[in-house]
Amino acid sequence: MSHAKYSVINTPVHNIDGVAKVTGRATYTFDVTLPGMLYGKILRSPHPHAKILNIDATRALELPGVKAVVTGKDTLGIKQGIWRRYEELCDEQILPLEKVRYIGEPVAAVAAVTEEIAEAALDLIDVDYEVLPAVFEPLEAIKKEAPTIHEGVERNVNVTRHIEWGDVDEAFEEADYIREDWFKCSGQHHMCMETRAAVSSFTPDGKLTVWTSTQSAYYHQALLAGVFGLRDGDVRVLAPYVGGGFGGKFEIDSAQFCSGVLSMKLHKPVKIVLTREEDFIASKRRTPMFYYVRTGIKKDGTFCARESRMFSNGGAYTGMGATALYLSGFFHSFPYKWRGYRYDGYRVYTNTMPSTSMRGFGAPQAMFCSEQQIDWICADLGLDPFEVRRKNGHTEGYEVPGQAFIASCGLEQCINEIEKWVKSKGKLPANRGIGISSCGFMSGGIFNWFDSPYSFSSAVVTINFDGTVELHVGCQDIGQGSNTTMAIIAAETLGVKIEDIKVHSGDTDHCPADLGAWGSRQTLMAGNAVKMACEDAKKQLLEFAYAEMGINIVYDLDIKDRWVHIVARPERGLPYGDLVKKALRGKDGQRIVGRGYYTPHRKGMISPAYSYMMQAVDAEIDPETGKIKIYEVMTAHDCGQPINPLGLIGQLEGAASMALGYAYLEDMPFEDGKMMNPNLVDYKVIKAPEMPKTDIIEIDTYEPEGPYGAKEAGEGLTNPTAAALGNAVFNAMGIQMKELPITPERILKALREKKEQEAQK
Amino acid sequence: MEKQLLRFKVNGDEYEVYINPKTLLAEVIRDHLGFTGTKRGCETVSCGACTVNVNGFSVKSCSVLAIQCQDMDVTTVEGLEKNGKLSPIQRAFLDNGSYQCGFCTPGMLMSSTAFLEELKGEVPTEEKIRESIEGNVCRCTGYNSIVRAIDAVAQGKYKEE
Repeated sequence: MSHAKYSVINTPVHNIDGVAKVTGRATYTFDVTLPGMLYGKILRSPHPHAKILNIDATRALELPGVKAVVTGKDTLGIKQGIWRRYEELCDEQILPLEKVRYIGEPVAAVAAVTEEIAEAALDLIDVDYEVLPAVFEPLEAIKKEAPTIHEGVERNVNVTRHIEWGDVDEAFEEADYIREDWFKCSGQHHMCMETRAAVSSFTPDGKLTVWTSTQSAYYHQALLAGVFGLRDGDVRVLAPYVGGGFGGKFEIDSAQFCSGVLSMKLHKPVKIVLTREEDFIASKRRTPMFYYVRTGIKKDGTFCARESRMFSNGGAYTGMGATALYLSGFFHSFPYKWRGYRYDGYRVYTNTMPSTSMRGFGAPQAMFCSEQQIDWICADLGLDPFEVRRKNGHTEGYEVPGQAFIASCGLEQCINEIEKWVKSKGKLPANRGIGISSCGFMSGGIFNWFDSPYSFSSAVVTINFDGTVELHVGCQDIGQGSNTTMAIIAAETLGVKIEDIKVHSGDTDHCPADLGAWGSRQTLMAGNAVKMACEDAKKQLLEFAYAEMGINIVYDLDIKDRWVHIVARPERGLPYGDLVKKALRGKDGQRIVGRGYYTPHRKGMISPAYSYMMQAVDAEIDPETGKIKIYEVMTAHDCGQPINPLGLIGQLEGAASMALGYAYLEDMPFEDGKMMNPNLVDYKVIKAPEMPKTDIIEIDTYEPEGPYGAKEAGEGLTNPTAAALGNAVFNAMGIQMKELPITPERILKALREKKEQEAQK
Repeated sequence: MEKQLLRFKVNGDEYEVYINPKTLLAEVIRDHLGFTGTKRGCETVSCGACTVNVNGFSVKSCSVLAIQCQDMDVTTVEGLEKNGKLSPIQRAFLDNGSYQCGFCTPGMLMSSTAFLEELKGEVPTEEKIRESIEGNVCRCTGYNSIVRAIDAVAQGKYKEE
């Protein structure tokens, strides 16, 4: 299908919030100040597992300037969680009443006239703990003799997930070769530049307003209403500019909860901004996973069966971790056709900070294991890794049995492009290798464990007398540029310019409900809602155009570049602005309003559409120090019809930096439950000098379910990189990296082991 | 501690503030003067979100005491734009999509501005450009679009308006 007909789509534009962001005008929750505002600080547990015997705040309350100290006793004690349909998965009391389950868990919060006084007051709160035995690793916590973290939860197993299709055992029987491996995938911190922050203001009329750094204003409205015993409609959540999310900002965090409790007690606005250290130790993180992978394959490279077991370190609470458990298991099969596939995932509670969703949502871990093992199998059998991926890869029209239907798929073209690119590099110098990895990702989840009574996405478009357009959406811009994407879709659909569109988002009082920014859902779901709303408004406008132009009713009318015209005779028409003015008079002065929504139906178990990609990483390893130098990351990518090309490049480059960080730099070592590097000196993220060249080849496909053929574009790109780097190390040095991150120490250890094995031979 | 009088210029205007001498420059800029464009993202002088220019040099405003800036000239992100016209690096950031969430952007712009001024027209290597923003963490963009923007300005593709 040709897409050249688009006026706005796939044309580079400045993000609509660009000027605000490059001039310092963009204000974040971090910048919000209200009259009479107090500052809150949170006292956190120094123990990984302990009973709270008593909390005495007498001394703190005596400190001048301290206005209140709250503990679990000041709350309704509601156990909350984001999987609201499942009571047993709502397991977290922020400010727990009885015991703490990880180091950093909130036990009390103070509000004072200054941040310094609030901070000083924390030292004056006396807490008596009874320290309990603790357990930190899932494979320990699942043992019979392990301490119980949540009463009644046997062996600390929080959630299990079984995925199976085909006759797995029979399919294994057909295999000529079976390989088994164990992998250990680390956690990773979202490390948003803006730490978690909230300003809560409860007023005597019983209404709560919360400014917060969130990925979903609607989720926070509903979740906060739930824990505070208010109606959703009495809670207004405002998301000003949001300083990053990456999957870490759509559950209730301690800044939101504690500022709310304090404000409800004091009837004053209370601001809490987590310090970087608090953000590291007491938010949530990418789920660490242990994977056992058994794969059966025929001599000719045909995949037969895969059987995997995964144990994830769930930390102290469920959060979004239950979703990561499912998605990891599903994407572990991606993007290949298995005759038989079986996955058993166990999410295990431990006395560490909870784990949750993070960009890729369990898939980067799954791909690290899967895509490396495929390369090792190819090496074992002398097969070509490109050919094997092509042979077994998803194709258009394929159905993942009982799980998903693949309506658009550019995987084969992605593989072909990357193969060409790798071959063009010729023979590489010693200690340098290129590794590849293919994968795919969802375009929004179809599941509703949150139990939202609203459409997954909604949009309302209003056309003013002067032709400007107010677009109200509930989807959340967290920096990924969704407001710009929605403005592009609206401008294209209405036939106006992008500067005609004003996007209103991030305010539950004025915007329709929407599940928000997670699972790569907004372009497809909110995009469809926006398209539908604009089509509704445009249809109303065109009704007036037919009357005004007095044309034969069999003609089609359209609007493009603010020109209302007959499609077959584009020169015959009238300016959009004139039409709007007339239409409003014809409607007794009412503005034109269009409404749209999207709720998935009959789209399988996971998502309405899937992106595909293959990535290659070119890296050199210093055999003396084990250090890695990355030269280039090359990606061939099928995201359907690109909507915002500049944003797409930004997503690719940003995903590469985050995924490379996961692959070889970022680690969260714990000792006795204590994170050892909770600061930006010791927690290493990619900085400009290490960032390699990143290029992209877009594969042209059209996704029928997506607005204008678009699908997921930003999150899935985090999935292939760690595996591709692992394969680069394998190709360069002949060592198999089964643990993340791929640090110099691990490389040196693997090189030593390889040498020893060779010496034994 | 007895408060002291700080007299200095911010974005071309004279300010006088009585401050505790322990107060950081970042706090005075944000909390006393209300220039909230300057951000803070760590407590360890590691992230660069608070970068401002003091007498033309880029400085992490969380690492200096405000009182050390007595009689000095401070520029924050709000001072880059002149009479509604964006500076070359601001325009290059827009054209290259060199920002996403925008939280690191003010600091990035200030580091880039100081770097470009120091160049005095010399065209830098890519490595030099990357080093110039080494102290600024960006979690969203992967830096390459920022490098392209700085390069474009250094190559003379953007003139002062």
